[in-house]
Amino acid sequence: MELKPLHIVNARLVDGDTPRAGSLLAVDGRIAAIDPTDVPDGAESVDARGQWLAPGIIDLGVFATDKPAFHFGGITRAALMPDNGPLDGAGLVERAAKGGKPDLWVHPLAAATKGLEGRELAEIGLMKAAGARAVATGRGRIADSGVMRRVLAYAASLGLVTIIHAEDEGLTAGAVATDGEMATRLGLASAPSVAEAMAIARDLALVEETGAPVHFRQVTTARGLDLIRAAKAKGLPVLCGITPAHLFLSHTAIGDFRTFARLSPPLRSEDDRRACLAAVADGTVDILSSGHDPRGPEDKRLPFAEALPGMAGAETLLAMGLNLVRDGHIGPGRLFEMLAATPACLLGVEAGRLAVGMEADLILVDEGAPWQVDAKKMAAWAGNTPFDGMPVQGRATMMWKGGKRIR
Amino acid sequence: MTSSTIRPASDYPPGGDAFRHRHLTGIAQLTPWEISYILDAAEEWVELNRSGAAKHDDRLAGLTIINAFFENSTRTLLSFEIAGKRLGADVVNMHAAQSSVKKGETLIDTAMTLNAMRADAIVIRHASSGAVQLIADKVDCPVLNAGDGRHEHPTQALLDALTIRRRLGRVEGLTIAICGDVLHSRVARSNILALTLLGNEVRVVAPATLTPPAMERMHVATFTDMDEGLKDADVVMMLRLQNERMDGAYLPSAREYHTLYGLTPQRLEKAKPDAIVMHPGPMNRGVEIDSSIADDPARSTITEQVEMGVAVRMACLDILTRRQRGVPGWN
Repeated sequence: MELKPLHIVNARLVDGDTPRAGSLLAVDGRIAAIDPTDVPDGAESVDARGQWLAPGIIDLGVFATDKPAFHFGGITRAALMPDNGPLDGAGLVERAAKGGKPDLWVHPLAAATKGLEGRELAEIGLMKAAGARAVATGRGRIADSGVMRRVLAYAASLGLVTIIHAEDEGLTAGAVATDGEMATRLGLASAPSVAEAMAIARDLALVEETGAPVHFRQVTTARGLDLIRAAKAKGLPVLCGITPAHLFLSHTAIGDFRTFARLSPPLRSEDDRRACLAAVADGTVDILSSGHDPRGPEDKRLPFAEALPGMAGAETLLAMGLNLVRDGHIGPGRLFEMLAATPACLLGVEAGRLAVGMEADLILVDEGAPWQVDAKKMAAWAGNTPFDGMPVQGRATMMWKGGKRIR
Repeated sequence: MTSSTIRPASDYPPGGDAFRHRHLTGIAQLTPWEISYILDAAEEWVELNRSGAAKHDDRLAGLTIINAFFENSTRTLLSFEIAGKRLGADVVNMHAAQSSVKKGETLIDTAMTLNAMRADAIVIRHASSGAVQLIADKVDCPVLNAGDGRHEHPTQALLDALTIRRRLGRVEGLTIAICGDVLHSRVARSNILALTLLGNEVRVVAPATLTPPAMERMHVATFTDMDEGLKDADVVMMLRLQNERMDGAYLPSAREYHTLYGLTPQRLEKAKPDAIVMHPGPMNRGVEIDSSIADDPARSTITEQVEMGVAVRMACLDILTRRQRGVPGWN
């Protein structure tokens, strides 16, 4: 079936700092014109009724291809972490890339080392040819500094960004929480939050040494963010990200041994949480992602320390992002930079912005629509959300991938 | 003596309002008067237990109590078993080693199984912090925490408070030094909560590697120098040091630990002249405590703690099953 041109009218376009009234034309799956003057015959017209028209969300670093959750959350592209598999060979990458067809882009991230064991380089070049868009260290970091240096230099030579998990494994061994009153009261093994800054410091030194571009997938502490800030001021090719959990929850959320709040890295102190919000506001944090990691009761309905870390975040990512706007930390334009434009740039895909020539991956957002997060009624295949019960506002009402309506 | 931790019975609200909890998962849930309510109730059982041959009360007759111990224990299990039997209940012990837990059954499934057997109370010990709460949320009967990971061991703290109260006449306004491996100790956590709640000055004396973070948030002072930490203490509470902590990861050696943190007669002199010495057992004689102290009846309360343990557990089993038993005022 031939794809009809798509004409979205009466929308508020998120293509600048604040949404503005406008319309958009997509032809052959790409954005053909913003505020078009002539529209081709036979174009399908969609009345947005004043809703925001934004680029589809590009969720950088998810752990499962969970289409219903991504579609609920307005996510048109998901960059898949290499942990399941692990994705350390071209065949696996190719298959993972097809996992979203036909209505979701999946961009596999190549495992940095064979088996993600942190010892030998994986076939990054072959994986790139098979569709890998970046390299990742997975849920853990690469402990061996020599291996890490070689990974960074090698990935950079292939034009790929290395996505890093930053926690010092010596300090965090066995820990399931951050040092503090909560962990002590609950009797949970904990690690000092400086474990993050120590890992970041090492890798920044290697970035300075190799010139390789990196993205710290989650930076969640004041000290870690200070290091990133300083590195950026020095002009190092460094990006960093965060998930809404560390912006809206502190370690008190693990009270009563709530395993849905067992995350990696663990939730931090209130001071760190505020530092994260400040870093979002001042532009230190580049990317907001969901870290989508659905875990069923067999992984979560266990004593806290035996439960596996992770949260199902895809459905709440947009609403939580809009909270940042509503609370005045950032504007809508910057939110969609964090959700779409910057991740697109990192992955090297022509999407993530409302601009002529980009893939027409689009969402309509009813930014005020109220709804309540309910762990029992999630679209994701598991409802492990620490935001269970929270009233939120804003959801994606329609979405298109390559100009084709998928919801 | 006027004391808020020894109250006349008329001080407590009537019936079930005196103890509103369905489970005993930790000291953290309790108020000071609920603690003293249990202690007062336990006093009654101390008398019974000492009354010669007829140490029996049949108020729990016909009730089934399951002791589900997912972690090895001799004394706590025995103590709960005796407590239940003295109250006339049918007591069944489940050891993890012999159970389907070893076959991969999840904790929740085990809990549902125990629940389906219509137990009237379940006593649980588990190696993981929070495991008891997890089970308590899933079953219909009262759950008593007999120790979960390094989280809480509430009946131990209650029996320690009762021992102190009987020895020193009160359990408030005292200086109490808790010494040893506090980091891995549920006994320490429950005692810190109970003793600070009752209005005592609690100190933690431990090597830096075995001191939990954020201790000041639990209103205790921390010491790494034992002599300093014991200074003018009314109570010296020793903790058991697990052998596996002494292999170099947390401590260089048992020998070094004894030199720096072992309770010797010389060290004990820093405490008040009539200070008592407690230990939850089992002891490592010659490591954390010298035999001459452990065996000195004037100072050591170790056997008395065991005795109080049975009484406190009888009190807890009695109080927590009152609702099922339809005791007037408890509905």
